[in-house]
Amino acid sequence: MLSLSWYLIFAAALFSIGLYGVLARKNAIAILMGIELMLNAVNINLVAFWRYGDLGMIAGQAFAVIVFAVAAAEVAVGLALVIAIYRRRETVVADEIDMLKW
Amino acid sequence: MTGLEIVFLVIAALTISAALMVVTTRYLVHAALWLILALFGVAATFVLLNATFLAVVQVVVYIGAIAVLMIFAIMLTRKVMRDSGPQMNPRWGWAALVGVALFAALAFVFTRSPAAGMTASDLVAGADPVVELGQALVSPNAYVLPFEVASVLLLAAMIGAIYVAWKK
Repeated sequence: MLSLSWYLIFAAALFSIGLYGVLARKNAIAILMGIELMLNAVNINLVAFWRYGDLGMIAGQAFAVIVFAVAAAEVAVGLALVIAIYRRRETVVADEIDMLKW
Repeated sequence: MTGLEIVFLVIAALTISAALMVVTTRYLVHAALWLILALFGVAATFVLLNATFLAVVQVVVYIGAIAVLMIFAIMLTRKVMRDSGPQMNPRWGWAALVGVALFAALAFVFTRSPAAGMTASDLVAGADPVVELGQALVSPNAYVLPFEVASVLLLAAMIGAIYVAWKK
């Protein structure tokens, strides 16, 4: 039988890969993809703890639904910002977007 | 090895290799397609965990909306990033170090914790998790407030996104 640690380690691997993508990628859209991987890893953890804990406590799944909504909001605003910046600066490289740096 | 373990290992290996391709491939469109595969793997994991509703939502929201939105954004911004030149910033070695260290620390904690050996709870006959989730999301005693706040957040984000991306 699968024990809880299998899912936790799987999610940890996915989260670490996403973190690497966020830190290492130059393209702002690729950074958003890394964030999506990290959010998915969190969702796996939430659902795994629901499945392995008390099934009557639906909090794990309810939190995962909220994470879905937040992820959709985050990606919509993030991509809108990327496109707006691309229009003004002709770049999507995160290092070159430094208008707020004084 | 039981059948369930083999299925889990196949899904996990597929998801993790797809995720590695997402963060390492040079071509951004390919990265988006690998991301779709990784999201499918996560949906399959939800099925293994008996969270069928979330598996469907994963396919509809993540693959149907978010991944397609990403591909649109990549195509709208392709003129400057012709997939030429380095796709990683110069400090990518440190990023890899941080990722590996985080994974090692998490794996160490997870294998040592008392919760690690827990086995799945028995499914109660007659209790449908989908029904329970649906009731919890609209019940005043449970999660109706977070649910409504999430709806307002989504609406605000949509209006904000339209305003930010509007061509003035």
